[in-house]
Amino acid sequence: MSCKCSSTCVDTKAQELERIIDKYKGVKGALIPVLHEAQELYGYLPIHVQKAIAEGLGVSLAEVYGVVTFYTQFSLYPKGKYQIQLCLGTACYVKGAGAIYEEFKKELGLKGDGVTEDGMFSLEACRCIGACGLAPVIMINGEVYGRLVPSDVPKLIQKYRDMG
Amino acid sequence: MIYRSHVLVCGGTGCTASKSMDIIDELNKLIRENKIDNEVKVIHTGCFGLCEKGPIVVIYPEGATYSRVTVEDAREIVEEHLVKGRIVKRLLLGDKDAEDVSKALEDVGFFKHQVRIALRNCGVINPENIEEYIARDGYRALGKVLTEMTPEQVIDTIKKSGLRGRGGAGFPTGLKWEFAAKAKGDQKYVCCNADEGDPGAFMDRSILEGDPHTVLEAMAIAGYAIGANQGFIYVRAEYPIAVSRLETAIKQAREYGLLGKNIFGTDFSFDIELRLGAGAFVCGEETALMTSIEGKRGEPRPRPPFPANKGLWQKPTILNNVETYANIPVIILKGPEWFTGIGTEKSKGTKVFAMGGKINNTGLVEIPMGTTVREMIYDIGGGIPGGKKFKAVQTGGPSGGCIPASLMDTPIDYDNLLAIGSMMGSGGFIVMDEDTCMVDIAKFFLEFTVDESCGKCPPCRIGTKRMYEILDRITKGQGQDGDIEKLELLARNICSSALCGLGQTAPNPILSTLRYFRDEYEAHIYEKRCPAGVCKDLLRYVIDEDKCKGCSLCARKCPVNAISGEVKKTYRIDAEKCIKCGACLEACKFGAVKKMA
Repeated sequence: MSCKCSSTCVDTKAQELERIIDKYKGVKGALIPVLHEAQELYGYLPIHVQKAIAEGLGVSLAEVYGVVTFYTQFSLYPKGKYQIQLCLGTACYVKGAGAIYEEFKKELGLKGDGVTEDGMFSLEACRCIGACGLAPVIMINGEVYGRLVPSDVPKLIQKYRDMG
Repeated sequence: MIYRSHVLVCGGTGCTASKSMDIIDELNKLIRENKIDNEVKVIHTGCFGLCEKGPIVVIYPEGATYSRVTVEDAREIVEEHLVKGRIVKRLLLGDKDAEDVSKALEDVGFFKHQVRIALRNCGVINPENIEEYIARDGYRALGKVLTEMTPEQVIDTIKKSGLRGRGGAGFPTGLKWEFAAKAKGDQKYVCCNADEGDPGAFMDRSILEGDPHTVLEAMAIAGYAIGANQGFIYVRAEYPIAVSRLETAIKQAREYGLLGKNIFGTDFSFDIELRLGAGAFVCGEETALMTSIEGKRGEPRPRPPFPANKGLWQKPTILNNVETYANIPVIILKGPEWFTGIGTEKSKGTKVFAMGGKINNTGLVEIPMGTTVREMIYDIGGGIPGGKKFKAVQTGGPSGGCIPASLMDTPIDYDNLLAIGSMMGSGGFIVMDEDTCMVDIAKFFLEFTVDESCGKCPPCRIGTKRMYEILDRITKGQGQDGDIEKLELLARNICSSALCGLGQTAPNPILSTLRYFRDEYEAHIYEKRCPAGVCKDLLRYVIDEDKCKGCSLCARKCPVNAISGEVKKTYRIDAEKCIKCGACLEACKFGAVKKMA
């Protein structure tokens, strides 16, 4: 997602990032909380943000990059407007989450986890979201949909396409 | 203010997903419309446990439990029950004609066999109100410890209770505390493992969401026992509701002087900080968790030194899991003798299990140790849906194994489960029926460990990958003679040489399925057949000529035009073209399409 507004917007984000870094300066084990907040701000963690964090906290860029790539929550790339998280925990798997995942890949034209070309949807298989009673479940931008069958998938995607 | 009625609405994850928050809004709106808002109070609570029947609404003083409530049902509940005092029988869970509705649940097996200690407050109190926790004896154990007991007495009490870690391995909690108490150091830490990574387990989440203060109180007690003044809770970022309720709880506890400086006017000070995980299963391992709190890649460290001597920032540290902590305040108040009265010889107390998979009553149950697998599945779980045959239950997640039908009468405790090749684990209890392929399940878990291996030690990084490749081959019909032996050899070597618990236990799902379902592996390898009909490459779809009416629906649904025929005559599937998607099977209204193993 490229930012189409004027450069002032970028500056505001940069200032906000600086404020986040300042808040955690001198706090032990600050890197992960800073990355969480930075990702919330930018939606992902582009290299210039990682550089700013490395400089701000006085650690090497390699260390920042190492941490970012270790944890699945941190993303180096922007995600879709609608983020689909599909639970592949054991309870969901036993109840047929694999077929739901296949259906999403087919409907979205993706080979696996990833973002659609138009940037509308990103698909991500995730671990248990703790709603095993509703298995198989997915979350779209935090909204949970449960007890799914493959034929629900096209309807769901259409619902979000219609929302624009 | 005193209310004549309390309406408890489940705010657990499952029920929230089924719109329980909208139900609360609607109830409140209708209660205001009927002008009874100064007589009736709506409370959102933690998880009741019976997720399958959610959203759950309980109304006191009658004790009426309504299940599968929808937003549309709110009007009837308010106008009939709350205004006119008439029970809405249609929604009642259990015996709909019980004379006393509070007893309607008495014969519901799901509740009858449970003993709720760790979950005592879940579904009973509003987790965002510290006063409700205090009203249920909350923080009394902390008060007792600080004013009447020495740290040694606290440790002694926990040791005597026989409490063992509920996160999986079952290490005696009191012993762990004693090691850390004896360790020398100016600064010590108390940590809570709320990085519940086992896919299919959500008891820690439910405790954090339903009763967060119990964890804070227990951590403060642990701090007093070992001489620490700082605690950290490491919680998964995937649990947003739990994170926000913990934040609220910590804030309230500070305001009430139950965390912070000079608690209860003593010279004991203790505070707690939250640290969010970032999606790495290995961080549930204790040394990896501490490395992650330190802000680094969450890779495990070799032990010894054990965390009790050198843990977080190289200081003496104890780490316990959420459910373990939830037992502590009750043990302090009721005494170790009471606790040892529950359970088996070497496993005291209760264990919370998250029942899921092919079972009627999915949800959270807390049972006394020693309950058998059979009681869990048939008395509490209500059996297998669709009249299918029970095959096995998987416990312990990716580190555990399965318990086959032949061992259903095994009483569940730490040692019994280990003896039959599974483990207690954090409490995932996934039921599988005849339609589950055990080779496929082993592959599922290996795919998980390959993905989650941190990469630090080669046995885990490379070994799990090789095992996965062999399993993948077997499920695709390319298994070879000798594969089973190769798997066994690899498994033994990885178990004995991996650095941390993740790698050491990663082969368990394979070893255990091989132990009880070796015939399924052999059918895949030698007969190129998947007996459960799961492994796609080993399946064949055929149309039963006698049943086919020639409606052409299957041919129209087939995405690759593999089905041909003439209308009103029999259709056929071209096995060469078929991609085994199953669309025809779903489409056929006459049951003519069959899946052949």
